[in-house]
Amino acid sequence: MQTETTIDNRLDQLFKTKKSSILSIYFTAGYPKLNDTVPIMEYLQDSGADIIEVGIPFSDPIADGPTIQASGNQAILQGMSVRTLLDQLQDIRKKIHIPILLMGYLNPVLQYGFEAFCEKCRQIGIDGLIIPDMPLAEYQEIYKPNMDANGLFNIFLITPQTPESRVREIDNSSRGFIYMVSSASITGAKKGISDHQIQYFQRIRDMDLKNPALIGFGISDKQSFEKACEFSRGAIIGSAFIQVLSKSVNLKEDTQNFITSIIA
Amino acid sequence: MKVEVDERGYYGQFGGAYIPEMLYPNVEELRLNYLDIIHQDDFQREFHYLLTEYVGRPTPLYLAERISEKYQTNIYLKREDLNHTGAHKINNTIGQILLAKRLGKQRIIAETGAGQHGVATATVCALMGIECTVFMGELDMSRQKPNVARMRLMGAEVIPATSGNKTLKDATNEAMRHWINHPEDTHYIIGSVIGPHPYPEMVAIFQSVISEEMKKQLLEKTGRDYPDHILACVGGGSNAAGAFYHYYNDQRVNLIAAEAAGHGIHSGESAATTVLGKPGILHGTRTLFMQTEDGQVIEPYSISAGLDYPGIGPVHAHLFDTGRAEFYSATDDEAMEAGMLLSKLEGIIPAIETAHALAVFEKKKFSKEDIVVVNLSGRGDKDLETYISWAKLV
Repeated sequence: MQTETTIDNRLDQLFKTKKSSILSIYFTAGYPKLNDTVPIMEYLQDSGADIIEVGIPFSDPIADGPTIQASGNQAILQGMSVRTLLDQLQDIRKKIHIPILLMGYLNPVLQYGFEAFCEKCRQIGIDGLIIPDMPLAEYQEIYKPNMDANGLFNIFLITPQTPESRVREIDNSSRGFIYMVSSASITGAKKGISDHQIQYFQRIRDMDLKNPALIGFGISDKQSFEKACEFSRGAIIGSAFIQVLSKSVNLKEDTQNFITSIIA
Repeated sequence: MKVEVDERGYYGQFGGAYIPEMLYPNVEELRLNYLDIIHQDDFQREFHYLLTEYVGRPTPLYLAERISEKYQTNIYLKREDLNHTGAHKINNTIGQILLAKRLGKQRIIAETGAGQHGVATATVCALMGIECTVFMGELDMSRQKPNVARMRLMGAEVIPATSGNKTLKDATNEAMRHWINHPEDTHYIIGSVIGPHPYPEMVAIFQSVISEEMKKQLLEKTGRDYPDHILACVGGGSNAAGAFYHYYNDQRVNLIAAEAAGHGIHSGESAATTVLGKPGILHGTRTLFMQTEDGQVIEPYSISAGLDYPGIGPVHAHLFDTGRAEFYSATDDEAMEAGMLLSKLEGIIPAIETAHALAVFEKKKFSKEDIVVVNLSGRGDKDLETYISWAKLV
């Protein structure tokens, strides 16, 4: 489609200019308080995060562990929804220049209306979506045209069990990067990186995919971040940051301290 | 329009496999193999051997004369309540455990609401000597202690689901998470016609033994192999799918489903999905379920734990959408009265789930010549306390 090439996506810019140790941070929109979404994004950018993944809470997040689910439930109770989030992000590009992804389950987005959602994302300046329960075939047939027309990259997940042929298929359908799930697990389940996982990271690295990969799930501190970065362009941290937020008394300082502890 | 599943797991616009990549290899393994395995001779032999010798099939198709007299029609009860463990649930767990063995799986997990599917799963795991873990909402565990005890007695581990509202949908979430964490050695036995393809169709195939037997029994008893109406309750909808299965595309047969209206359809405490639900994606399938305007799942309510699910299986959403099946709903009180009536007129105490189907006789008039089959999906022993407190029996 024509529009694909005319919109300059911040993810492409980032991966062109920064070759290693890319840090992407996930947090749940509307958490710890409903209106913390935008301030937290500013603190993340100021502290040196490279990508921000804003989570859209869902009542039944089957790929997430207790930390992210609890934050989502709290956010929903406080009034977070797709509509509220898009309102909060209305003027976000006046403040945030790094790539922003929205991550969430398909149902809340469908109830908002997929086409309207994609258009709104373009207006706001969202760079991509991570929707873990969107099937590849349905993406290609139903959802891709709207996303392409609005310059939204779709980020797919791969896991240690994903067969090589499917990794290739996903690579061919992906733009931006591939989200490499570090182990057979839900979010926040395991700490550290085992030899078994390293074999998987090497296997994917040796496949020489056309998209860069970021490693996520189980990345929680400097050590696991640096280990992941040896085998990929960077890594994603979610649950560990949400734990920081859950105990935070000063969001700005605690966010800065956490990011510094990873990348300094 | 023909009622059947297509290659990608859709019944019309409902179904599919909306799952995170972490579940893809497991679900794909099932999808690629389930039909081949089910159709193998040795699978069929073992399945039918166990259904006959262990479960006690075929279940009778009983002409209930006194209740027929009351409603001035011909009511046959398909006695799934007489199965081992007291409900239709075991038809599916026998099928899936045989499938899991052939896929080389060493562990079984399951979700359960009231505990009936959990008990049926623990039963077949004990039978086969396979490790069994059942996820059950913490709230349901406290409400259904005897079933927790039954599962443990048969060697299953019962793990409380402490997320969300601590009921069936949360137990389902926890089972899916556990499966994500144990992708290679574990099979997940889903208890209803829900979840990602191929589960809804696979479960319906195992439950279709109900309508298969019905055909033969009707031919013997009435001289023709189909009834005018089949009546079944729908939570997720596995007993209804089994009772309807061989008649999906037989237009001579009117299919009737009964949902739980709880305290009343618009009381805010209901599980009447076809009235209150909208299309969306839950637990890996596109179907009708109760949700807020923002797409968050609404917790259902019914006096019957087995109907206490926010959605219905995709095949039922399709039957509703196309008008192939008629949908009624019965409140708690209407169901309890229907259950009391069957107990008094026939000496059969039905499960409260099943009683919702019986309540339809107060809502729909059948003719004197009609042959109506009610799928008597389960027995009421498990519900004795509810009967006692509702009718002040002691």
